[in-house]
Amino acid sequence: MDQAQVAAQLSEILGEVLDEPGLVLTPETTAADVAHWDSMTNITFVVEVESRFGIKFKTAEIEEMRNVGDMIAMIREKLAR
Amino acid sequence: MTDRPAQAYPELSWLPDPLPTWAAELAAEVPPEQGWQHLIALAAWRLGGLATVRLDRRLQRLFGDGPPPDLSTRPVRLAVLASSTVDHLLPALRVAALRRGLWLTTYVCDYGQYRHELLDPGSALHAFRPTAILFALDSHHLAGSFRVDESASAADKRLDRLVDDLASLWSKARASFGCAILHQMALPVFPVLLGNAEHRLAGSPAAAIAALNQRLRLRADSQGVDIVALDSRAAQDGIRAWHDPVLWHRAKQELHPLAAPVYGDLVSRLLAAQQGRSFKCLVLDLDNTLWGGVIGDDGLEGISLGQGSALGEAYAAFQRYVLDLSKRGIILAVCSKNDEANGLEPFDKHPEMLLRRSDIACFAINWSDKVANIRYIAERLNIGLDALVFADDNPFERNLVRRDLPMVAVPELPEDPALYAECIASAGYFESGQPTEEDLDRTRQYQANAEREELRGATTDLESYLRSLDMEMRWRRFDAIGQSRIVQLINKTNQFNLTTRRSSDDEVAALSTDDRALTLQIRLVDQFGDNGVIAIVTGRDGRPGDIVLDTWLMSCRVLGRQVEEATLNLVAAEARRLGASRLIGEYIPSAKNAMVRDHYAKLGFALLEDGGEGVTRWVLPLDSFAPRPTFIRSVGG
Repeated sequence: MDQAQVAAQLSEILGEVLDEPGLVLTPETTAADVAHWDSMTNITFVVEVESRFGIKFKTAEIEEMRNVGDMIAMIREKLAR
Repeated sequence: MTDRPAQAYPELSWLPDPLPTWAAELAAEVPPEQGWQHLIALAAWRLGGLATVRLDRRLQRLFGDGPPPDLSTRPVRLAVLASSTVDHLLPALRVAALRRGLWLTTYVCDYGQYRHELLDPGSALHAFRPTAILFALDSHHLAGSFRVDESASAADKRLDRLVDDLASLWSKARASFGCAILHQMALPVFPVLLGNAEHRLAGSPAAAIAALNQRLRLRADSQGVDIVALDSRAAQDGIRAWHDPVLWHRAKQELHPLAAPVYGDLVSRLLAAQQGRSFKCLVLDLDNTLWGGVIGDDGLEGISLGQGSALGEAYAAFQRYVLDLSKRGIILAVCSKNDEANGLEPFDKHPEMLLRRSDIACFAINWSDKVANIRYIAERLNIGLDALVFADDNPFERNLVRRDLPMVAVPELPEDPALYAECIASAGYFESGQPTEEDLDRTRQYQANAEREELRGATTDLESYLRSLDMEMRWRRFDAIGQSRIVQLINKTNQFNLTTRRSSDDEVAALSTDDRALTLQIRLVDQFGDNGVIAIVTGRDGRPGDIVLDTWLMSCRVLGRQVEEATLNLVAAEARRLGASRLIGEYIPSAKNAMVRDHYAKLGFALLEDGGEGVTRWVLPLDSFAPRPTFIRSVGG
């Protein structure tokens, strides 16, 4: 899956979590850029991402994520393993 | 280990998977007066964590401020007293309540402030005026005071103090609010220090939590507090399904967000039981539900039940579970499509049958549709439809009942009968605080009131259901691929079988290569899947222009779905292709096929002659035949 495909899936998932269909995430997006993307929402989001991609993030990995691009890179790395 | 995916989280395994249209229905606009029922219907599926959050969002938008005006249940104001993060569980609590027709609003005390809020009359908790309080204390909090290196007696004293303290909080809550108290058992989240002998290290967190749960149960019983048995559920699913140490460290969430739907259900079934809203009666299908096979076709010796086969033992084990349910006060009823005499025979005569006639409060065994029969059962037993659980292996029947009687609970039984009992158990239909004396005699009470009587005509709107099924009949002439199934059906089918003529392998093979013979093997596929080959028809030349139908048989599983009419359309078309101008049908009575005595009359054949001993012959002219309208597409080849 290339970067754009992962980004599109993430956009869809966060759109469902926030009830914002059509929401678009770019690699540069951070939680601060999206209304209502708070810590609680973020956990719902991360858990749903793990379940849809069939992956699991380590504690340290989640702490390292600074923006959507970091998350996309981690997902692609895990999927490639 | 945590780096690996595919952890199985607890699921609402007794509910069917949501239809692909679920999200569209969630977004659909409905008139306000239908809003509540619409949301209840959306809750009746195997929803995951995110779907639950989305449904809750809609619920909050429509009914966040108050219940619908015509709510038939008491609104529940639930305060959750927690020592760690529980906000992620609230949507699931509200949605699970919705599933049981309860309107629930929640309050969560400030982080770690539960004791203070309980004791302070000016607190937000007191202003909330709860009707139920749930103590949801996490294991780290509870085990915090224990020390691994203390003596067993010191640990024991500490345990006493802890239980006393919690019990005093229950008393305080009850005195302040006069409301129901629920206490959630502590989750066994701690890694062991000794291992198998952990209990000998009384101060270890793992041992302390196990001992605490044991004592809390006893104390809760003596104080009338309801227990949320999270520890039992975690033992069943595995602790990792419920608790993820990663999330604990990140967000102080002791319970995993994906476990929330089941968590919500565990709590809400108690809240429902507190209002007397639990299910009271289990309505059972017979064939392939209580035994393997079809009693009308396979006979008493042919059905699978009891010792002798793994399948038979699985059905016996399910009967044992059902019998035990009845002994603890659940009423049993039977709803089956069969001749009544056939359906009752195993109850009276099968040596491995655990359920006997006297265990069943009401029998509805006939060929009417099950919706009408379930209504009849509720009437006979004088209980509400919303007190019934309907267990049937057949997805067609399950979905018909779900659609027409949404208040009846219909578990999505797994295909393997070995898993039936677990499915029904995990649904928590029969949750009730305490078993009572009168429970133990309930079946007899109900049976005394309910004698069998004739059913009135069916009033179910089957037509729109049939249309929604998207049925397709796939037919072929006899061929080598279908051979073994054809032979099996011809030699096994007793009930829907016009002539009960048996044929050998060779005879069937000869028919498949005979171009002059009319042969049909018919599958039925619908939105729930492929029912397999369900009907067989054969015919041969008679007098010039006539095709005589030697065999017409059908599986009783597909009765009432217009398969007879659609088959006639196929038979007529094939007969015409073979140059015939008339169809000749024959009915030969047997001990088991009374149900098809009027088959040809119903399909518009005229009586040709009475052959004596109940044999009748029928004729249908093809020149004037117009295909019968049905909701079944037919596809050849």
